[in-house]
Amino acid sequence: MTADSAFSIVDIKQLRKRYGTNEVLKGVDLDVKRGEVIAIIGKSGSGKSTLLRCINGLEEFQEGTLHVDGQPLKHGDAKAMRELRQHVGMIFQGFNLFPHLSVGRNVMLAPSLVKKTPQDVNDATARRLLARVGLAEKFDAWPDQLSGGQQQRVAIARALAMQPSVMLCDEITSALDPELVGEVLKVVESLAEEGMTLLMVTHEMNFARKVSDRVVFMHAGRIHEIGPPEQVFGAPRTPELQQFLATLH
Amino acid sequence: MVDFSVGQILWNLLLAARWTVVLSAIAFAGGGVVGLALLTARLRRWPGVPTAVSAYVHVFQGTPLLIQLFLAYFGLGLFGIDVSPWVAAGGALTLYASAYLTEIWRGCVDAIPRGQWEAADSLALSFGEKLRHVVAPQALRIAIAPTVGFLVQVIKGTALASIIGFIELTKTGTMITNATFRPFTVYACVALMYFALCWPVSAFSKRLERKMRRDR
Repeated sequence: MTADSAFSIVDIKQLRKRYGTNEVLKGVDLDVKRGEVIAIIGKSGSGKSTLLRCINGLEEFQEGTLHVDGQPLKHGDAKAMRELRQHVGMIFQGFNLFPHLSVGRNVMLAPSLVKKTPQDVNDATARRLLARVGLAEKFDAWPDQLSGGQQQRVAIARALAMQPSVMLCDEITSALDPELVGEVLKVVESLAEEGMTLLMVTHEMNFARKVSDRVVFMHAGRIHEIGPPEQVFGAPRTPELQQFLATLH
Repeated sequence: MVDFSVGQILWNLLLAARWTVVLSAIAFAGGGVVGLALLTARLRRWPGVPTAVSAYVHVFQGTPLLIQLFLAYFGLGLFGIDVSPWVAAGGALTLYASAYLTEIWRGCVDAIPRGQWEAADSLALSFGEKLRHVVAPQALRIAIAPTVGFLVQVIKGTALASIIGFIELTKTGTMITNATFRPFTVYACVALMYFALCWPVSAFSKRLERKMRRDR
């Protein structure tokens, strides 16, 4: 256990989160190792997005501890949060590209401000990352000129530009037309192959089964079942997971 | 009774209109700076600040500008602080404009989707960087039309400064009326002057609004 923790990149212990009296996370423990790909599944309202958003401090939690790369998450400490967030990239369901900046400048904004990357290096990195997500020719385009799938791939490049150790994906294909889902998942899969630590909340069960090392099933604010995809999808132990999987077909 | 030709009336009003313009500029610039500071403080969510700013806005929006001018001019006098009409009018109008502008701009900032803040947060941008590079450029686009629209209110609002003896367009109109006994002619000219100041500003605001819609 202690040896494991030394290698864990995200370490969550007894995490509790309340909105007023409504407790949405009821003591979550999760230990993610470097390079691991974790899929988080569950019904809406089970707390899966909230858990993900706690990891980079978009949501505050009331009890428990959370470490990323050995650093504790401290709300209210702007400097510590800024440091921690440089290790954690996030991709959103709604892309959230900055509409007033061109695609290239979307990717370059944070490295130039936060990491003070020199302009020429930053430019080259942005072009390389956009090429990697298959959008080399869109450097000077505007976000609203792109399809949803293209926007989401720009968002991935933007998050990668900060060279995060962990990438959080919050239902990143849920807002896409079905024919555009594949191009985004392909990029995510390539990230997984290159050893990026990924935590993704997803409804793409086939993708979760194919790419993830472990699957987390959230139910009523707790991790209800956790294990390798073959086990979680092939031999669910609890009635809640069995029922959840049954509703998908 | 002094005989003034309409040309002389207009000329004297034109000279006085300069002070209306100057007072409007002071109110608008001062109100802009204070309003921006209040908005920033409010967005930072320092404990107690949002409530305090909101109370400030309510006070200035909930009381007549005329009474605010009276309080600034006569009220401070009661405490032995001698204020000139310039200071009283400039100060009161600055506070008045700041309350409205901070509220207008807050609405514009609120119109920026939460996802923009969250994306900036998750990219480790500091509060100032988020505001300057992500939120402000987008809020500015929305803010231009209502802000320019409010400028028109400020220009007309400066007329009230005449009551505390500030010699601007309206006060000058009153003085000329007292000398000529031709209130209709004089005040019609005064109205014309205000219109000549405000109409271009309104038209500019309308044009901006149309342009913004086209750009979308």
